[in-house]
Amino acid sequence: MPNAEYSPEHQNYLRRRRLHVLLVRGAQLFLVVGFFALWEVAASRGWINAFIFSQPTRIWAAALRLAREGELWRHLGWTVWETVLGFSIGTVAGILIAILLWWSTFISKVMDPYIVVLNSVPKVALGPIFVVWLGTTITAVVAMAISVSIIVTIMMMHTGFKEVDPNLIKLVRTFGGSKGQVLWKVVIPASVPTMIAALKVNVGLSLVGTIVGEFLASKAGLGYLIIYGGQVFNMSLVMASVLLLLAVSVILYYGVTLLEEKVSRGRA
Amino acid sequence: MARVELENVGLNYHTEAGEVVALRDVNLTVKDQEFVAIVGQSGCGKSTLLSLVSGLLKPSQGLVTIDGNQVQGTSKRIGYMLQQDYLFEWRTILDNALLGLEIAKERTPEAMDAVKEMLKTYGLGGFEHYYPSQLSGGMRQRVALIRTLAMKPDVLLLDEPFSALDYQNRLSVGEEVVKILRERKKTVIMVTHDIPEAVSMANRVVVMTPRPGTIRSIHPIKMCDEGLTPLQTREVPQFREYFGAIWKELNADA
Ligand SMILES: Nc1ncnc2c1ncn2[C@@H]1O[C@H](COP(=O)(O)OP(=O)(O)O)[C@@H](O)[C@H]1O
Ligand SMILES: [Mg+2]
Repeated sequence: MPNAEYSPEHQNYLRRRRLHVLLVRGAQLFLVVGFFALWEVAASRGWINAFIFSQPTRIWAAALRLAREGELWRHLGWTVWETVLGFSIGTVAGILIAILLWWSTFISKVMDPYIVVLNSVPKVALGPIFVVWLGTTITAVVAMAISVSIIVTIMMMHTGFKEVDPNLIKLVRTFGGSKGQVLWKVVIPASVPTMIAALKVNVGLSLVGTIVGEFLASKAGLGYLIIYGGQVFNMSLVMASVLLLLAVSVILYYGVTLLEEKVSRGRA
Repeated sequence: MARVELENVGLNYHTEAGEVVALRDVNLTVKDQEFVAIVGQSGCGKSTLLSLVSGLLKPSQGLVTIDGNQVQGTSKRIGYMLQQDYLFEWRTILDNALLGLEIAKERTPEAMDAVKEMLKTYGLGGFEHYYPSQLSGGMRQRVALIRTLAMKPDVLLLDEPFSALDYQNRLSVGEEVVKILRERKKTVIMVTHDIPEAVSMANRVVVMTPRPGTIRSIHPIKMCDEGLTPLQTREVPQFREYFGAIWKELNADA
């Protein structure tokens, strides 16, 4: 709104800022709408092979069919549930292990090379091992999701703990604080921003783990749908599943962002 | 009466790079309600000396006593203020001021009332539920002081307590802090590398040698004994003489 107290120059500046934001939003919308429109036209005019590339209207129809059969929510539910489980267990266990490493310099020194090596292993390569050990079950899928996220969590959190200002720790010690009090009163609250960053990374990683797990060991979930659709050459089903996956990841990420806003309220 | 006493105190730090003799043969007696300032070049062991008195460090040689009892670990009788306020940004002002009590598991309703009262007395009434980032540097320093005073220590150790403030604030916050500490009859050991600050606040100024740190000389300052405030002391003609004498000794090795 034009504010009477602002000079015309400042109002002009504000107007240009608003115009700029509008332009960015417009361009973003144009990109996505244009992409799907072009895809639709290209497929119906025969510029691309709709059997291989599918087509937005066919994808929509496939999704509707899934929804009518009640299958959509089942698959979606499995993927979300497995991701949330893998994400929660991976994050909590990772933080607990990071606390252990912070607590004992000896253990952290001993474990250091192993963690570095484990981190560099592509975790999806472990998938078949989980399937053999745990069967084609949800446990194997969740194990996959955990294995992808836990090492990163340990490394991020341990680094965060070690970077807490030593003077804050000294302050607690001047009041006679124990190591446990240093942990609860300083190290953990000071590491909340690191924790949020780890959560954001982990949401994406857990989803990767879940989908790979479903590729290998599942009879349900979006990962299963994608593999199944590929095998029967139903590209509309594959594309519909991929787009649903996109929606799931956006929603999960948004959930973490909400949590972040809640936690950081009041903080500087 | 001797509140704090250091007898032939020495301290060595051990690191992989070698052994550092930080302090050697330090002898110092601080009387009850006395304000002693310690000046010395950076790295001469001033912070180390305070850590020894606070019980955070054990001396390699010699003896540190409070009221004749050997210091063993930290104690509620000794309050330690670090170089910056180190308020926790995630806690409100009130919760910051209560940190020490909380750690000692003494966060009782009575203790909380006392802290709130102190906040009010020192111009922080109404700011209890603000966060540190919303306060000015001087106000934050006062919160840090209240956090220390809440434990009712007899002895206060101040490690360059005003160095994070700009010049204007240093003078006014220093004036305030000295007033508060005198009112509450605290015994104070303050470390600084600012000679005017030391002369304006202390009953005695202790000059330390560069590393390995030991005491070179002790200068009694008569203005503080006469009850002048730091700002008043800075106006007295002898102020410059004290400054000159101490400055010359500090730079004797340079
Ligand atoms: N934890 C430590 N380990 C090894 N050396 C230290 C440690 N703390 C301080 N020192 C060394 O001891 C000397 C005295 O340090 P300090 O007491 O902090 O000096 P000041 O406070 O006067 O600047 C310095 O040379 C410093 O490098
Ligand atoms: Mg120091």
